[in-house]
Amino acid sequence: MLSRIAESLFWIGRYIERAEDTARILDVQTQLLLEDATVEEEPTCRGLLSIMGLEIEPETHVDLSMVLSELAWSPTSVSSIAFALAAARESARRARETLSVPMWETINTTYRTIQSGHFHSMRTPAAFQWVRDRAALVNGTADATMTRDEGWHFLMLGRCIERVDMTSRLVATTSLSSQGGAQWTSTLRACGAYEAFLRTYRGLETERSAAEFLLLDRLFPRSVVFALNRAEQCVENLEASNQRAGFQSEAQRLLGRMRAELEYRSLADVLSDLPVEMERLQRTCAQATEAVTRRYFSASEALTWEAVGD
Amino acid sequence: MSGMFEGYVADGPAYDEMFDGESLRAPYELLRHSLRELTTPELMSRVETLQANYLDQGVTFDIGGEERAFPLDILPRVIEAETWSRIEAGVQQRVRTLEAFLADVYDAGQVFDDGVIPRRVITTSSHYHRQSAGVRPPNGVRVHVSGIDLVRDNEGEFRVLEDNVRVPSGVSYVMTNRRAISAALAETFAEHRIRPVGGYPQRLLHALRAAAPAGVADPTVVVLTPGVYNGAYFEHALLARTMGVELVEGRDLECSRGRVMMRTTKGLEPVHVIYRRVDDEFLDPVHFRPDSLLGAPGLIDAARAGNVTIANAVGNGVADDKLVYTYLPDLIRYYLGEEPIIRNVDTWRCGDAEAREEVLDRLDELVLKPVDGSGGKGIVIGPRATRAELDELRGKVIEDPRSWIAQPVVQLSTVPTFVDGELGPRHVDLRPFAVNDGQRVWVLPGGLTRVALAKGELIVNSSRGGGSKDTWVLAGPTQTLVEQEQQQQQQLQTPSAPSATDGEDD
Repeated sequence: MLSRIAESLFWIGRYIERAEDTARILDVQTQLLLEDATVEEEPTCRGLLSIMGLEIEPETHVDLSMVLSELAWSPTSVSSIAFALAAARESARRARETLSVPMWETINTTYRTIQSGHFHSMRTPAAFQWVRDRAALVNGTADATMTRDEGWHFLMLGRCIERVDMTSRLVATTSLSSQGGAQWTSTLRACGAYEAFLRTYRGLETERSAAEFLLLDRLFPRSVVFALNRAEQCVENLEASNQRAGFQSEAQRLLGRMRAELEYRSLADVLSDLPVEMERLQRTCAQATEAVTRRYFSASEALTWEAVGD
Repeated sequence: MSGMFEGYVADGPAYDEMFDGESLRAPYELLRHSLRELTTPELMSRVETLQANYLDQGVTFDIGGEERAFPLDILPRVIEAETWSRIEAGVQQRVRTLEAFLADVYDAGQVFDDGVIPRRVITTSSHYHRQSAGVRPPNGVRVHVSGIDLVRDNEGEFRVLEDNVRVPSGVSYVMTNRRAISAALAETFAEHRIRPVGGYPQRLLHALRAAAPAGVADPTVVVLTPGVYNGAYFEHALLARTMGVELVEGRDLECSRGRVMMRTTKGLEPVHVIYRRVDDEFLDPVHFRPDSLLGAPGLIDAARAGNVTIANAVGNGVADDKLVYTYLPDLIRYYLGEEPIIRNVDTWRCGDAEAREEVLDRLDELVLKPVDGSGGKGIVIGPRATRAELDELRGKVIEDPRSWIAQPVVQLSTVPTFVDGELGPRHVDLRPFAVNDGQRVWVLPGGLTRVALAKGELIVNSSRGGGSKDTWVLAGPTQTLVEQEQQQQQQLQTPSAPSATDGEDD
């Protein structure tokens, strides 16, 4: 498979996942702000933007509508849903001949809803629901129509790395307000994990068990450990080496080490400084992406030809 | 007249393909009969679905970075079997001549010695590339794909307007138009017996594989695109996808030691045939424009070394030059010993003193075309030009007469077209596509009908607001569609098993 195409597929996976997870995070946070009068708008919004990686000047006024603009509607803000879906479509366009027709059309029609302004005109809960539906449709179409070749593994690798990154941000947002238990409940709901969580822990809701579920559960598909596991498998499939010791791929090493650390450290230790731990996870995702890029995509870097003489 | 065609008036000098005055022409009888029940609102709603589908599928072209849906008219153009077989034969004759001419130009140049065409016509052409001199393509083919543009004059006779043997585009729309129209007019489509167009990618792939360097048993074919911002990117992606081959950009390729490789996740892999959709000048910065990033340095040398086949061949531009076009009838007689089946549009070469006199006298009634231009660029339509434009043109022609040819204003034929909720006559041309696999020149039944959507407009290019129509070539009375398909399949299969001993053709 062409390096350039592999790179496009990797980023389709990442951007679709990013759009979906951003919608999930915004859904929880906007609801919290509306429902709970004790939550202060400005600091919560500021914290949210910072967790999503946006630097805001201290003197700038921040409110919910600005957050929605930056993280949902604005086609020029790199952290927005609109931007992520447009970027996914641009990647898809570059890899169009390798995508199945239904896959391309799903991504393209999603983008057209953004471009036509229809997305922006939806009411917020409906808009977030729409993003989740579209992501499910893209993922489902990919699942149903793509052969399980390299391209599929790159798509999945992108999706999993992004999921680790975004789940860590989602977990980090729970420490934004001092709500404690109620906040964890919403976070679990955002992941569609609340019922699964209740069943798993037999109705015993504690902050500790909620964190454990989102970070360490080996069976829940949106947990950090589950996504790390999947990402590791993808890299392994791409390498297909039967080495007896060590790993050829730097990405595999990074992902595996991170997973092992999470799994083998005591939960209390991880939870003691949650925001810092989550940032570490995000850094690992960035490093793993760099490693993947170097190993598989760097051959696609444009060569420049310099004429000698004339 | 009944139904939707009521009130349709085509009273210009142009040949209307559906109506002869008040009376209906034969090829369209079934179409009108079939559409009689269709009301205008129903038609409108189908037109809307058509456009929305094209945007969803991304059937678009780019103008200045903006993606637009390619306008598709809902009413098809119908061509009868008999008319088509003449077009087919004419196109095949034309392609065979152009192949023979190119082989001659880049070899001994016998045609010049025999005085059929002056040598300077070629040596002064900016499309003549010395890099191609002496290069013999593996199966003798230089024009793997061609698009011969045809128009229909006021008497209804098809004429050749120009030849395209470099990188003719538009074939993807032939395929997507067919899919869209057969869905939009399903009942009508079913009532006709229409020759299919879906086999094009397999034909092309077969021809490309047949062109592989000698000794390559299982060649790797790629499509080379300038990239996602190119106007025809949609087509490049569609062809790569339907042929099941990689779509590469210049930066995906690397040439070393006379071989071409592509960069994959598993390292470098060899490439044997490049169906390039990049112009000659941008193919290889070593030989052509040093600032081009669209090609790959070393490509030409690899082709010259015979390790990779570039399709269409480099330097084909000398054959579809508008000046060479004027010699084509002579070249057909010279190489094939046949009379041209499809005539040229009457043309004056401004380089000939006598012709120039006449052209300069009649500037205001002729169409002047620059020899090097394509896509409607630089064309001046005399009757529509202002005094000042004509004076400027006169200066240009006197200064550099060889760069200009003149033609009468050809009234392109018209076909009923649905624009802004109304039916009216609009001018059309036709670009049949031909694929040469070295054994046979195959012509896609139908080709691209381009239509100028503005009333009275004669320039049909999409860059000038043109759209397209589905082109229905009716199956002949002697063969059923299934038989024709089977026959085509057989022709495709017999020579298609590639063997390591291919290449005994020169």
